[in-house]
Amino acid sequence: MEYFIQQLINGISLGAIYGLIAIGYTMVYGIIGMINFAHGEIYMIGAFVSLIGFLFMGVLGISYIPLALFLVLLMAMLFTAIYGWAIERIAYRPLRGSVKLAPLISAIGMSIVLQNYVQLTQGARVKPLQPIIQGGFELSGANADFHVRLSYLQIVIVLLTIALMSIFTYVITRTPLGRAQRATEQDMTMASLLGINVDRIISTTFVMGAALAAVAGLMVTLYYGVIDFYIGFIAGMKAFTAAVLGGIGSLPGAMLGGLLIGLIEAFWSGYFSIGYKDVAAFSILVLVLIFRPTGLLGKPEVEKV
Amino acid sequence: MTIAANPTPLLRVEHLTMRFGGLFAINDLSFAAKQQEITAIIGPNGAGKTTVFNCLTGFYKPSSGRLTLTAPDSDTPHLLERMDGFCITKDAKVARTFQNIRLFSGMSVLENLLVAQHNALMRASVYSLAGLLNLKSYRVKERQSIEKAKYWLEKIGLTAQADWSAGNLPYGSQRRLEIARAMCTDPVLLCLDEPAAGLNPKESLELNDLLLDIRREQRIGILLIEHDMSVVMNISDHIVVLDHGARIADGSPIEIRNDPAVIRAYLGADEDEDLPQEIATDIRHAAQREAR
Repeated sequence: MEYFIQQLINGISLGAIYGLIAIGYTMVYGIIGMINFAHGEIYMIGAFVSLIGFLFMGVLGISYIPLALFLVLLMAMLFTAIYGWAIERIAYRPLRGSVKLAPLISAIGMSIVLQNYVQLTQGARVKPLQPIIQGGFELSGANADFHVRLSYLQIVIVLLTIALMSIFTYVITRTPLGRAQRATEQDMTMASLLGINVDRIISTTFVMGAALAAVAGLMVTLYYGVIDFYIGFIAGMKAFTAAVLGGIGSLPGAMLGGLLIGLIEAFWSGYFSIGYKDVAAFSILVLVLIFRPTGLLGKPEVEKV
Repeated sequence: MTIAANPTPLLRVEHLTMRFGGLFAINDLSFAAKQQEITAIIGPNGAGKTTVFNCLTGFYKPSSGRLTLTAPDSDTPHLLERMDGFCITKDAKVARTFQNIRLFSGMSVLENLLVAQHNALMRASVYSLAGLLNLKSYRVKERQSIEKAKYWLEKIGLTAQADWSAGNLPYGSQRRLEIARAMCTDPVLLCLDEPAAGLNPKESLELNDLLLDIRREQRIGILLIEHDMSVVMNISDHIVVLDHGARIADGSPIEIRNDPAVIRAYLGADEDEDLPQEIATDIRHAAQREAR
């Protein structure tokens, strides 16, 4: 039982991170109908900016951890958002209106460019970061044979994710910006005819997705303590899977999908073999897509004849 | 109609030409739509009516010609052919509906009307920041937008359905909601592409009332493409008839009704031009005999 709870805790923290990345995929897909394959790299850049941010805090001598964390968070979100904006501007906007495959290829190219760019500028070696948020709670009694640990870091991850998702949901459902995003998603032409600057709305979508990915990058840096230029690929694939699993285009779906992928991974590696955790996650994806092609929360498109 | 209308026409189309390859969809078309009038554009299928709208709203860049829009309260005209799509609505204040219904069907009826007030709300909310912090300036503006939406819901009789998903409304209501949504952008020119298509006679009459009401109370100009002559003849102040991309007649509904060129365009050429020579002569002789 204790072991189960431990895996649950690990799975939720991991799932929160995947969920944050998955939102970027699902939003971009919703609004312009393309898979932004460079989004995993955005997350990787978020992780690097966070690492640099922490070193910078060290140089500045800010040792009060909540403050340092907050500043690094802002810094990572800001810089990564600029990357997200620039990618859209350089690689996708000129291709809008051409064939659907063109921006997809462009995204794959962008992903390779960013990977190599970070490899060249930051070096190919694995970058370590000393643990910053240490300690946690022991949840089980002293005489239990397995101790359930809930680290402070896991609490931070889950709380931060919940806070961001709430703000995000509020923006999408209640504010004029969110309303314009949903309108653009449904009918770009009509939205522009109502005076909405569609290009700017799309840019904003990329900026928002990138900012969330940056938070995921920050949390991974803290959680695992090591990053390299290649982490974006597999995390991006997982988050993409999460978005598809939840129903691509659906925001609650992305959060649910992320959580599920995280849980599947944690339980599989806890009870079976850690080497096959990715196989498990992707197998579940295949099964879900066979029985529910639109994903768990995706709405099937009903075509009226 | 009480205050003196600005003498400059609201919209002036001059030598508009739209070429697709070798095909002239519109060929040297000129007409003007006056302030606070309903101007109908009619013509047989393929005459280029919708193409005119597409040029007006920035979907097509005209091959040549000039589209000048002068708002009633301003002296500086907007040159529509030089503007980007969304600016035409935002700055020049031209609103448009399509032949097919293009509501945001996944959003509520009220939201459809609010999204049309995007620019005003966005400015008030400082790109949503003020909205997020729920500042007073934004709340006031938001309340105003909701009031405006309510006003239009009242007008089109959908107040009770404000929270419905727009896609679930009956067809006739969706048509009216589209017009209300276009009106929420505060246009000076409203372009309606076949608003009566698919409406039953009762709904057509309601549409007439709505359009006359808009012209009277909002004092804006309406440009109308319509095939339903009960709508066109009853509410238009001015009719422009197109055929094969060129203007063939221009005038009041009564003038248009009796214009031989219009009748020819709609009903085909005069009988005796199409009939074989001898039959045509026979008919003519018979008619002359009868006349005696």
